Amino acid sequence: MRPLLEQACWDTLHMVGWSTLIAVVGGLPLGLLLVLTERGGLLQNVLANKVVGQIVNIARSMPFIILMVALMGFTRWITGSTIGREAAIVPLAIGAIPFFARLVETAVREVDHGLVEAVQAMGGNTWTVVRKVLVPEALPSLISSATTTVVALIGYSAMAGTVGAGGLGDIAIRYGYQRFETDLMWITVAVLAVVISVIQFAGDYAARALHRRGGRSGAAPRLRLLKAGAAAPEVTKV
Amino acid sequence: MITTSGLTKVYRGRGREVTALDGVDLHVREGEVYGVIGQSGAGKSSLIRCVNLLERPTSGTVTVAGQDLTALAGRGPRAGRELRRARSRIGMVFQHFNLLSTRTVQDNVELPLEILGTSGKERSRKALELLDLVGLADKAKAYPAQLSGGQKQRVGIARALAGDPKVLLSDEATSALDPETTRSILTLLRDLNRQLGLTVLLITHEMDVVKSICDSAALMEQGRVVESGTVSELLATPGSELASALFPVTGEASGDDRTVLDVTFQGEAATQPVISQLSRTYNIDISILGAAIDTVGGLQIGRMRIELPGHYEDNVVPIGFLREQGLQIDVLGRAGQESVLAKEGAK
Repeated sequence: MRPLLEQACWDTLHMVGWSTLIAVVGGLPLGLLLVLTERGGLLQNVLANKVVGQIVNIARSMPFIILMVALMGFTRWITGSTIGREAAIVPLAIGAIPFFARLVETAVREVDHGLVEAVQAMGGNTWTVVRKVLVPEALPSLISSATTTVVALIGYSAMAGTVGAGGLGDIAIRYGYQRFETDLMWITVAVLAVVISVIQFAGDYAARALHRRGGRSGAAPRLRLLKAGAAAPEVTKV
Repeated sequence: MITTSGLTKVYRGRGREVTALDGVDLHVREGEVYGVIGQSGAGKSSLIRCVNLLERPTSGTVTVAGQDLTALAGRGPRAGRELRRARSRIGMVFQHFNLLSTRTVQDNVELPLEILGTSGKERSRKALELLDLVGLADKAKAYPAQLSGGQKQRVGIARALAGDPKVLLSDEATSALDPETTRSILTLLRDLNRQLGLTVLLITHEMDVVKSICDSAALMEQGRVVESGTVSELLATPGSELASALFPVTGEASGDDRTVLDVTFQGEAATQPVISQLSRTYNIDISILGAAIDTVGGLQIGRMRIELPGHYEDNVVPIGFLREQGLQIDVLGRAGQESVLAKEGAK
């Protein structure tokens, strides 16, 4: 039982790790593009914004299992196969890109426009604004977004078991649910819970550490409240 | 140094247009502190943002240091290389400081230098020098969230000076600060103006700001400049709203048979001790009801409200004497007529 779980654990981390990496690499520019091209944005282009926005919406509305089937041709072209661990990474990454992109969009939009203006007044171009302002200032939120994406991907990866990718979720379904090995199912669920808790804790810790860098002396908790999304009173900026 | 001519900005929303600037002609001389004052919505913020083209004017031109920025702007909404280079030579400070929260104070000041492509060593040398200039040398490694409002604005000013600008734009730089901090920031701006020969264009809604540091001022209402000039030019303008706001005098006549005069001092006339001359020459007792006087460059400028005994008719000769000295005299409340007439004459 132990080697089985161990292997499943590695399979899950492998799939989730690679697909997260790809989702971040793909989703970050996409999310930035969504903010930059919107009306009043630095690269205002309403048509491009609508098109990209629609693609993201369609991709996000598709149930993962359908997406996996729909992408089979593409997956085979990339990995040479439609089953197995590597093959599962393709639909996982493609499903997570638009998910992460929307989170990036929200995080970047929260950045104070005054900062963008300040850099423009210094003679900075759009690329400077992205590099020096939007990404660094949104970084704590971006880390939280990446954490959310990892957790969502662990959930999706259970379905990847249907293409023979293995992983913890797959064990829970095949051994626990289908073969009534309830013990194994609960153990798997417990392992998943631990993995997710660790990831969430690490993500929160990193995001908080970055916030704290932005200010000790009691300003950090207020900033955190602001980022937590609730009503953001002007006072917090003092 | 900064000239705008026929500057117009129209914001187009859904089916409605708002004219924020309506043909603004402004002329800021080299080395002066120029204040634009007006209520919110008067268009002053649009004006200052049009000067470095953060806001594209609908029509009109902006010239800074002999360079026509509107010509550099190009057609698209994005700033081309030329315009960006011109902007890097114009410093700007903001009401809400706009410091990057994830960078230290020093790194914030280095940001414009990074954009200019200055080398690392040179950047930190320059940043520390500027922080020293604004009195924050010990805060270089702090983060903005650890600073007070006044300190943040000092960082903002140091950052604005990093590109060695000749011109500094100040967008309500003191409006988020308490009165005492406001004073210290204004003093800093004044010192920088003198030490570095920096031309400062500032917008504000506080008359005190104009009063304490501006050489010239303009009053904006509904997108237009309704009054402008140096402080003494404004004083010399009869009925000037800015002048009466800058030098407010109050005081009521102490009896019916009194004549109340507003005496405006500016220029050469202000060097003469006219009130005591008047008193001695005509042997009359003069009471001072109120005065608002500043000494600028060794010359006194301002207004004084004085009271002479007797009706207007009795005082025609002394008033004539004062006018001969080159002073501007407004007679108040002579049966309500004189002041009305004087005001109408002024308009």
